[in-house]
Amino acid sequence: MSSNKDSVGGTLKVALLLCVVCSIFISSAAVILKPMQEANKTLDRNKNILAAAGMFDEQLNTNAEVEQLFAQFTPRIVDLETGDFATDEQLADLGIDAATYDQRTVFTDPQFSEALDASEDIAGLKRQVRFATVYLVEGPDGELQDIVLPVSGYGLWGTMYGYLALEGDGNTVKGIGFYDQKETPGLGGEVTNPRWKSQWPGKEVYNEDGDVALSVVKGEGQGVHQVDGLAGASLTSRGVDNLIEFWLGPLGFGPFLTNLTNG
Amino acid sequence: MSIDTKSILVKPIFANNPIALQILGVCSALAVTTGLQVTVVMCIALTVVTAFSNLFISMVRKFIPNSIRIIAQMTIIASLVIAVDQTLQAFAYEISKQLSVFVGLIITNCIVMGRAEAFAMKNPPGLSFLDGIGNGLGYSVVLLSVATIRELFGSGSLFGVQVLPLVSNGGWYQPNGLMLLAPSAFFIIGFLIWGLRAVRVEQEEKDEFKIAPHTVQEAAH
Repeated sequence: MSSNKDSVGGTLKVALLLCVVCSIFISSAAVILKPMQEANKTLDRNKNILAAAGMFDEQLNTNAEVEQLFAQFTPRIVDLETGDFATDEQLADLGIDAATYDQRTVFTDPQFSEALDASEDIAGLKRQVRFATVYLVEGPDGELQDIVLPVSGYGLWGTMYGYLALEGDGNTVKGIGFYDQKETPGLGGEVTNPRWKSQWPGKEVYNEDGDVALSVVKGEGQGVHQVDGLAGASLTSRGVDNLIEFWLGPLGFGPFLTNLTNG
Repeated sequence: MSIDTKSILVKPIFANNPIALQILGVCSALAVTTGLQVTVVMCIALTVVTAFSNLFISMVRKFIPNSIRIIAQMTIIASLVIAVDQTLQAFAYEISKQLSVFVGLIITNCIVMGRAEAFAMKNPPGLSFLDGIGNGLGYSVVLLSVATIRELFGSGSLFGVQVLPLVSNGGWYQPNGLMLLAPSAFFIIGFLIWGLRAVRVEQEEKDEFKIAPHTVQEAAH
């Protein structure tokens, strides 16, 4: 074989064989490891939801507690257009399961999302999903304690994904956390800094007229509606500001929160 | 272990270090050395890939047609890197998230490619495997030294355990922010190479050109 390995036929044969062997190797690795990777991703997402609600601290809690803590949350699918919980029939029609639905994977699917007009697209997302998962925690008497909302928007280098936790009144912020972002380490990357995030709890989203008033400002944030921007990261700060305005506004969870608080 | 095989394994660590002497694979040395934990995983990943790519390439070296030599090596290396990346995602998710693209970029790491082409194509599988491990260790020595310095002075910790109490947490140590940025790794690697060549003078390169002395007229100006 080594005598004719450099002929055209020999070259093609070796190339083909090598490709087949390598692809079988990679696909089996991918298939075998998939369940573990999925479990890791779910664990990571649940951890982020808990962290946004201030119920999980990487220093104090272990991964083993995540499942137990997360059991308090009920995932519900919200129809963003009407602001109501999606009915069981709607979910069955679309083939959505509340526990596994992932709006990031159906983001480009025209069945689940629509293109946004440039004028409406303040968070730089290009599309908006029709249905979103919210996570609710109810207190011992059945009253709503926490509402955790998925948020996303363009920062400086890419889309930032995170969760915003609100108290049961749908207005007071409980916490915020970004689990996937590509901002500059040390500058915009500080969106994940616990000290910066610690200013968010207690801020209020809406003003008396019901408009989104919560904003990220340069310098000292004043009052209940303003949060300090990140030093040296104007574009990331603006990105966070935009995604708050977008997701809590009429195209995001605005209608849902209004319905929720009006009973 | 004969002297020959031993030298194949040990030589790349100091005498023929891929980063310090050959100045290969510096990109990832800059990118992943802000913390020791990530660095250790990266070193293991690179060592595994280099060793096994050398092994497999050496095993099939007599069948690889000369015209598609490089792409055949790349296919084997890329498959191994993908397998390593998938394994990390399954068993060390947090760290694989921090390493993000850099595991994938092992494919283009000059050390892997360089050893495949320079050693594995000419030597039997056993020796090639050892050569891969040796070069992986040489890479690891430099990366771990850089990461120790960067994590200690940049965040006051080692392996994520706080060693120097930070001012922001009520301690006395004001962290050096430069250490967390890529340029600091350039300085540290530069100093390491300087140190290594001061001890092992034979590693110093000869000047490629000499600056001529001033002529009398120029000096008069």
